Amino acid sequence: MESELLLRTEGVRKSFEGTPVLSGISLELRAGEILGLVGENGAGKSTFVKCLLGLHRPDSGSITFLGRDLLRTGPAGIAAIPQEFNLVKDLTVAENIFLGREPGRFGFLNRSLMRSESRRLLQKLDVEIDPERKIDSLSVAEKQMVEIAKALSVDCRLLIMDEPTTVLNQKESAILFRIMRELKAGGTSILFISHRLEEIRTICDRVAVLRDGVLVSCDPAESLDAMEIARRMVGRELKQMFPPTVPPSGPPLLTVENLSSGKEVKHVSFELQAGITGLAGLAGAGRTELAETICALRKRSSGSVKLAGETLHLRKPADALAHGIVYLSEDRQGSGILTEFPLDRNVTLSSLRRYCHAGIINREAERACAESYVKKFRIKTASLETELKYLSGGNQQKVALAKCLDNCPRVFLFDEPTRGVDIGARSDLYEFIRELAASGVACLLISSDLEEIIGMCDRVLVMRAGELAGTLEKEHVTEEEIMYLATGVN
Amino acid sequence: MQPESTNGIRRLTTLLKSTGGPWAALVVLLLVCCISNEHFRSVQNLVNITRQVSYSGLIALGMTFVIAGGGIDLSVGSLLAFSGVISILGMNAVPGSETLAVAVAAVIAVALGAAGGAANGALVALGKVPPFIATLGTLVIFRSLALYFGNSGLVSSENEVYREIGGAVIGGIPLPVWILLILTVVLSLVLKRTRLGRHICAVGSNERVARYAAIRTGLVKFYTYLIAGTTAGISALLFGGRLNSVSSTSAGLSYELDAIAAVIIGGSSMNGGKASVWGTLAGILILGIVSNVLDMWGISVTLQGTVKGLVIIIAVMMQRKTLK
Repeated sequence: MESELLLRTEGVRKSFEGTPVLSGISLELRAGEILGLVGENGAGKSTFVKCLLGLHRPDSGSITFLGRDLLRTGPAGIAAIPQEFNLVKDLTVAENIFLGREPGRFGFLNRSLMRSESRRLLQKLDVEIDPERKIDSLSVAEKQMVEIAKALSVDCRLLIMDEPTTVLNQKESAILFRIMRELKAGGTSILFISHRLEEIRTICDRVAVLRDGVLVSCDPAESLDAMEIARRMVGRELKQMFPPTVPPSGPPLLTVENLSSGKEVKHVSFELQAGITGLAGLAGAGRTELAETICALRKRSSGSVKLAGETLHLRKPADALAHGIVYLSEDRQGSGILTEFPLDRNVTLSSLRRYCHAGIINREAERACAESYVKKFRIKTASLETELKYLSGGNQQKVALAKCLDNCPRVFLFDEPTRGVDIGARSDLYEFIRELAASGVACLLISSDLEEIIGMCDRVLVMRAGELAGTLEKEHVTEEEIMYLATGVN
Repeated sequence: MQPESTNGIRRLTTLLKSTGGPWAALVVLLLVCCISNEHFRSVQNLVNITRQVSYSGLIALGMTFVIAGGGIDLSVGSLLAFSGVISILGMNAVPGSETLAVAVAAVIAVALGAAGGAANGALVALGKVPPFIATLGTLVIFRSLALYFGNSGLVSSENEVYREIGGAVIGGIPLPVWILLILTVVLSLVLKRTRLGRHICAVGSNERVARYAAIRTGLVKFYTYLIAGTTAGISALLFGGRLNSVSSTSAGLSYELDAIAAVIIGGSSMNGGKASVWGTLAGILILGIVSNVLDMWGISVTLQGTVKGLVIIIAVMMQRKTLK
């Protein structure tokens, strides 16, 4: 039996400064349906979502929600988990969940109700987060869980999830899918955006593919496989997703001995050779913290770092950089790029010295450098002066990468390099990491995406609770063995 | 099209985009005032306005750097009084040559200004004290020191060379205005063209990103306060020369507010990251013209603050509109 029609968009168009982003999107969503929305970065997914949420007004076309004109009545009944976090850093988890609709009387907050409700919501998600903790103290995955709890705390008929799983590990994703099925059973519809095509296929009823602002297809999920979805997204045949691996070889380039930092990193020792080494682990296992300690972004409480056998005295981030140890942050907007800065100035942010003579910047050299990276990485941008906030996530990531690369790295620590990056840009990134590793750079690939770790690495370090739980080589690099080491249970 | 000329056009448009609004407002204001009041448009009056704003204007130039770096400096007005008082006391203590005495005073004023700025910078960068609090503290301290060493009154000198320099007019333009213009050119280049300037804006835009890009954020912030303090010291020297005296109670009073207002009217972002030294110059001129024309129109001095406040608010509201 056909269930009730919940949402219908007809010919939704939207342009920004003359550039069409949506060229007439017409689709329908029924009650209790999970609709997957996929497309490359810049295909128009986020713009479409913003139209549904009333954040953008379509140039033409109509949106009907529950039989009413959404453009007039506003998006009541629609909740969203945004792609970038929308949490107030200095407030607690509970205060964030109830932000803007705090329970209470006469203007006084009912704190105990906020706490107990938050605890209940988080328990439903199987996460142990104290509602009294400040957002600032949470890991990225925990923040994501709070966002999800916040969206679930509102009664809604349509839930929009914009890449909710990019920062979650498999266990956390599984919990999210369970919740999604429960919501679906309760008649709530979900618009689910993700770059992970396998999960799109498992969780969604139908899959809508956007390409360059056009709805290419909208078919039942069971009739598609991941390769077919990818083909429709890109509009051409895709090569093998992962390039050939570059196994670590040669003498150790980076030697980390007994490295500790507070409670997050405990007595970690390992070696990196030229080539690609993976670093896996659950969220909060201390992978990011380990990389940050190596780069002197975080205070080291014990241990040493050697480069090609020579002990380094790294006191500030500039010291690590001077030795060619670079770090691509997992938190792109928070610590990777300056969104208010133009593209060219982001590229040269940490290598500016090379473009200066007596402290004066040579703008021509700087622009030439940015230009070369725009070409090399196929960065889609209006100009070199475009502020990065106008670029899509994948293009922002390429700029972040260019910024790191411009320091002639010998050791490159990639932290979740493909997070929030579409499939086309993603294979570009993989190919680039491979080339870099093949040219003799020691690459450490930190990732929560096991498929990526297994596809890219012949050697994988696994962390658990701040310690190095083990190292896997060649045929032992499997999902089971990694999860075994990461969780400590079979 | 020639690449050269596209470059030129691009530069012109960026310059206009970053500073055009305040300068356009300044031109309109000038025209309105010139047409409405014949006393206003006399050359003597216009020169007077530039002289009047030059002292707080110099401070505003330094303030532009602090705000660009995401900070604020409330202490600069008091620092002007303090370095002014001490430099005149120093000058009076030098026997013999009057020129030598002025040179000593110049060194003292600039060095004390720089030292005061360095103290602010150290508090913010090393002590991790929020800029508002740190410089509120030093505002009180510098003023108290000025009052103590100046016996809560006027500190004067009889040095004729100092008076001559303070009142010097070169090519029809007073010396402090020349220095204001020269420093505007130099500091604008520092902000836009040097690594330090770029790093200041990066730190102001997002300190965490700057830190991850291996920029020494503490040092960069320190430099912004050092620059602000130094401009306060230079201002103090010129300010003292005007009347050959510095009042420990009223010199530089609320200059920090005029300076902050000028930076904001000039189009710089209060949150840091985006700033324009030329915009600040327009801002300080707008403030100067407004108070001058209010005088001409016979509006009570006590009410002028209300108008000034409105100008600041309206200027910022207009900029928000154009930014969107």
